[in-house]
Amino acid sequence: MSIMQYNGGSVIAMVGKDCVAIASDLRLGNQSLGISSNFEKIFAMTERTYVGLPGLATDVTTLHEQLRYRLNMYTIKEERTMEPETFIHLVSSTLYEKRWGPYFIEPVLAGMQKTPSGAFRPFVASTDLIGCINFAKDFVVAGTASEKLFGVAEGLWEPDLEPEDLFETISQTLLNAVDRDAYSGWGAVVHVITKDKVVKRTLKGRMD
Amino acid sequence: MNSFADRFSTTGTAVEQRRIKEYVADEEDVSDSMWGSEAGFGTIAHGTPNFMVPTVPDPSAFLRLHTDDHADPSCRIKIKHGTTTLAFRYQGGVIVAVDSRATAGSYVASGTVKKVIEINPYLLGTMAGGAADCQYWETYLGMQCRLHELRNRERISVAAASKYLSNLVYNYKGMGLSMGTMICGWDKTGPAIFYVDSDGTRLKGDLFSVGSGSTFAYGVLDQGYRWDLTDEEAQELGRRGIYAAGHRDAFSGNTINLYHVQQQGWKFIGNYDVSEMHYNGPTGTAGYGYGVRVEGRSSANPPA
Repeated sequence: MSIMQYNGGSVIAMVGKDCVAIASDLRLGNQSLGISSNFEKIFAMTERTYVGLPGLATDVTTLHEQLRYRLNMYTIKEERTMEPETFIHLVSSTLYEKRWGPYFIEPVLAGMQKTPSGAFRPFVASTDLIGCINFAKDFVVAGTASEKLFGVAEGLWEPDLEPEDLFETISQTLLNAVDRDAYSGWGAVVHVITKDKVVKRTLKGRMD
Repeated sequence: MNSFADRFSTTGTAVEQRRIKEYVADEEDVSDSMWGSEAGFGTIAHGTPNFMVPTVPDPSAFLRLHTDDHADPSCRIKIKHGTTTLAFRYQGGVIVAVDSRATAGSYVASGTVKKVIEINPYLLGTMAGGAADCQYWETYLGMQCRLHELRNRERISVAAASKYLSNLVYNYKGMGLSMGTMICGWDKTGPAIFYVDSDGTRLKGDLFSVGSGSTFAYGVLDQGYRWDLTDEEAQELGRRGIYAAGHRDAFSGNTINLYHVQQQGWKFIGNYDVSEMHYNGPTGTAGYGYGVRVEGRSSANPPA
């Protein structure tokens, strides 16, 4: 079995109208044995940038700390917050540094990107475990349920969803996809990000 | 390899090959089986089932190489795995409980599998391992049990039925059959359970659990089992055992099927959703889940 499936877990991010959403399951397992139903894989990096780190749990913690350190150094030196598009390049180069001994994580990013006019536009992206960036206009997925997430998301997602409808869409997509994956599930968490606020909700999911 | 004994044996792979050769030889005479399913009886119609085997010198070795059993997880023919089944004997009969999830790798292929096979009104078989193997051979066992009744004017004992099955699967040893089953029933001797698997093992006992989630079910069973359980207590224990496995084991879950075998034969008690048991329990008032039970009991577990 692949090391990417050792602990299980999945993340999805979706674009809406002037909003983005990112959601993940809460399972941490040791192969087929479920250990925790309270393992969060989504982290707030800035006020408007959230990153999901599905993959090997030990690397979730390590990579999160590494990214936090580098982001803080940037913030101190530049005296400004990092934009999502910049951050995904930071993620990418951090991962490529370990090209021949990678972190077993496939990050997913969701955030509101500041445009030159001062407005905000939704932004989602993901990378593979050695840092190849995938910019998407609609949604990105990663983790043990990624194939199932792709299938359900292709069916449910539509352009220009309002925050409440985006929440409903991403929640149903995640919940139904992880029910078809043995290594994901055990509860879920959803973040809906708009330009001036973030709403976090914990979902009741199937517990088997 | 004893080729002389092989040539004249009536069971085993050499015989299968001989049958195939005969079958291929008389192509002129189009046999009934060429017409397809033979009224739903398949190859059983002629008394003994016969199967096409690979036309290689040693089919058993060939199949071992390409079929997944525990010896080789990385081979070509994949069979659906992952299950929790349990059965135990007590004062009031036999309780049989199973989950309903079928997985192929990490994919949950089905959540509504019937893993209890109703062999006849007095016999139940459980399904773990290869779904098709269990289904086919336990149905076949049902036919043989009926023939036993007609020949002997008496119902077959659980011991005899299970021995028939274990001897049967032993003939196919090494050819990739995968089954771990419990034959449960009530006969002259009272309630009985026999564990039979495709290695040829056959064990009589009071309490068994089979499958990837069996360790979790055993934990609950060992803790709560007594011979003098009431019917309600026994059914609750069976349900709770499968719930525990469905919760912790990634390859078990979805729903629980519960059966009770008594002197009058088996009775289907019900189908219970594992997640529903976690949050609300069988009565809808007390969930089995740890988080549900401790919620609001301390500052470490504040109300949601």
